[in-house]
Amino acid sequence: MLKLEKRPSPSALMAWLSPVFAVLLTVVCGVILFVALGKNPVTGLAVFFLEPIKDLQGWSEVGVKVAPLLLIAVGLAICFRANVFNIGAEGQLVVGAITGGAVGLYFDHGEGGGALMITLVLLAGMAGGMAWAAITAFLRDRFNANEILVSLMLVYVAQLLLSLLVHGPLRDPEGFNFPQSRMLSDGFLLPNIVNGTRLHLGFVMAMVASALGWLFLSRSFAGYRLQVGGMAPAAARYAGFSSRKALWTSMLTCGALAGVAGVAEVLGPIGQLTPSVSPGYGFAAIIVAYVGRLHPVGVVFSSFIMALFYIGGELSQSRLGMPNAITGVFQGILLFSLLACDVLIHYQLKLRK
Amino acid sequence: MDASMSTVAPLVAASINAGTPLMLAALGLLINEKSGVVNLGAEGMMLVAAIVGFATAVHTESVTLGFVAAAGAGMLLAGFFALMTVWLGTNQYATGLALSLFGTGASAYIGISYVGHSLENPKFAVPFLSDIPFIGTALFRQHPMVYLSLLLCGAIIWFLYRSRAGLVLRAVGESPSSAHALGYNVRLIRLAALLFGGACCGLAGAFMSLVYTPLWVEGMVAGRGWIALALTTFATWRPARVLVGAYLFGGVTIMTFHAQGLGVSIASQWLAMLPYLATIVVLVLISTNATWIKLNMPASLGKNFHPH
Repeated sequence: MLKLEKRPSPSALMAWLSPVFAVLLTVVCGVILFVALGKNPVTGLAVFFLEPIKDLQGWSEVGVKVAPLLLIAVGLAICFRANVFNIGAEGQLVVGAITGGAVGLYFDHGEGGGALMITLVLLAGMAGGMAWAAITAFLRDRFNANEILVSLMLVYVAQLLLSLLVHGPLRDPEGFNFPQSRMLSDGFLLPNIVNGTRLHLGFVMAMVASALGWLFLSRSFAGYRLQVGGMAPAAARYAGFSSRKALWTSMLTCGALAGVAGVAEVLGPIGQLTPSVSPGYGFAAIIVAYVGRLHPVGVVFSSFIMALFYIGGELSQSRLGMPNAITGVFQGILLFSLLACDVLIHYQLKLRK
Repeated sequence: MDASMSTVAPLVAASINAGTPLMLAALGLLINEKSGVVNLGAEGMMLVAAIVGFATAVHTESVTLGFVAAAGAGMLLAGFFALMTVWLGTNQYATGLALSLFGTGASAYIGISYVGHSLENPKFAVPFLSDIPFIGTALFRQHPMVYLSLLLCGAIIWFLYRSRAGLVLRAVGESPSSAHALGYNVRLIRLAALLFGGACCGLAGAFMSLVYTPLWVEGMVAGRGWIALALTTFATWRPARVLVGAYLFGGVTIMTFHAQGLGVSIASQWLAMLPYLATIVVLVLISTNATWIKLNMPASLGKNFHPH
């Protein structure tokens, strides 16, 4: 019989290996699931881990999914390190898409656009995401309201707001009453960075965000203060580090990044406002942040894995006859696996005599 | 009976109907939290239970079996949550979140082949009482589960404040180390509390898909699991206040459906936002007084306990 025994000190090696084990454990669970559902597990694994990256086209599609996941996960890494449990990034993404999309549609008359205009639209999306995150930060700061529940409730509100706009004021007058906006014209769309693919500038922005996030957390005093507040609130108070500042900094940063992720979806792969601008990237990014060890560089790898899950889910419909929703199942299993593997950071398995 | 009375009675009935899944889930979560464990997986458990209950009812043509299967599904997921948090000591918030994400995905996956099925919504009436004007329509034509949930609320009040076992449960939530020192098995007590919470969330989910809207739609719980979590705080962990809060929220939900019928010309999305906004307002109002929350909150809430 196995038993858990507390390690004298947490294992640094396990802290890094745990995400790898978690991914492997998820794969094992996936194989069991495929067999249980009567699918060929080899084909199943190939659909999720080989087919998405078999050519340039595949890699670029992975990149399209990495962009929003990575942007948000960097923001969430900062939030969670500050012990601010913002789980409503999905709402911040949606509002970013709304504000950015609305500004874009306002200026877009079928021509014009260009770098300056795209920058303006991106900033509008960023501001929208920040404003949405600011509501949660304000209610937590001023009224002590639980940020988990408030930020999550605001996701539903944001989605309804988007639905309201695409059914009403922003609906394409020539769109046969479909609940969606006009298509943005080419001058307003993010430029592609690889010809012949859909990989857009958002991917580069996400990589830059990851680098800046690393600089902030590892090389800046503000980032240090924020993390001390998260790990040891009493010590932070004693040192005079403001917990309010950590709350606002982390929430606004995450809101900004989620907002950019949202508007980049509108200016990238979607090209217009539709009732649903995200297949749950804001929630998936929570898992990405944890699997990436809340490290702005670690999340690059985990967002890649998560992107594979998304593409695999899309492919499994045609290749395996399994609905797309299988992605959500794997997302949940991945987070469970990580939490279980993380136990081994503080404990070791011993044979009970 | 005048005209306004005859329109109000069905609204009261509908509000109680809409409040029932919230109350069932929140009562279960209240028991969890009284033992010191917060389970953010409520939404996921409700969704899985909703589809399991619905699928069972479709195949067996028995709504009762649907409720039983749903409670079982809720308990299964809650048992897994207990294994993770109580035995492996994983973070309660992250584990609950994982359960909610998993439940959302799993229910969508299972539910694909049940989209488009529907169950009939039989009419119920308590003999004699349902014929009383106004009150009969408002209170005595509900699904039996509504009355069961009221019984449950009463039973929980008795259990928590009048029974020895309830005292032990509260002791575990306030100070697990003291309870442990007195010889109580904190882990088993928390497991029992979590299983009960899972069963309640399961019944709540099944109420959604079997009674409230007898069909399956992906994500049909629509945040009620999270609202139920907020309700426990709103109720400052008192079962009677959960009941009041749940019916109030039920009322808000029903108002949003009927506002347009009453001549309010406003986009349906604005109205649909109301329950979520109301949750935020309620959280803000209740949380402003931090000391009051602190006095009422189980002291070990969210903290894991490792017996040595």
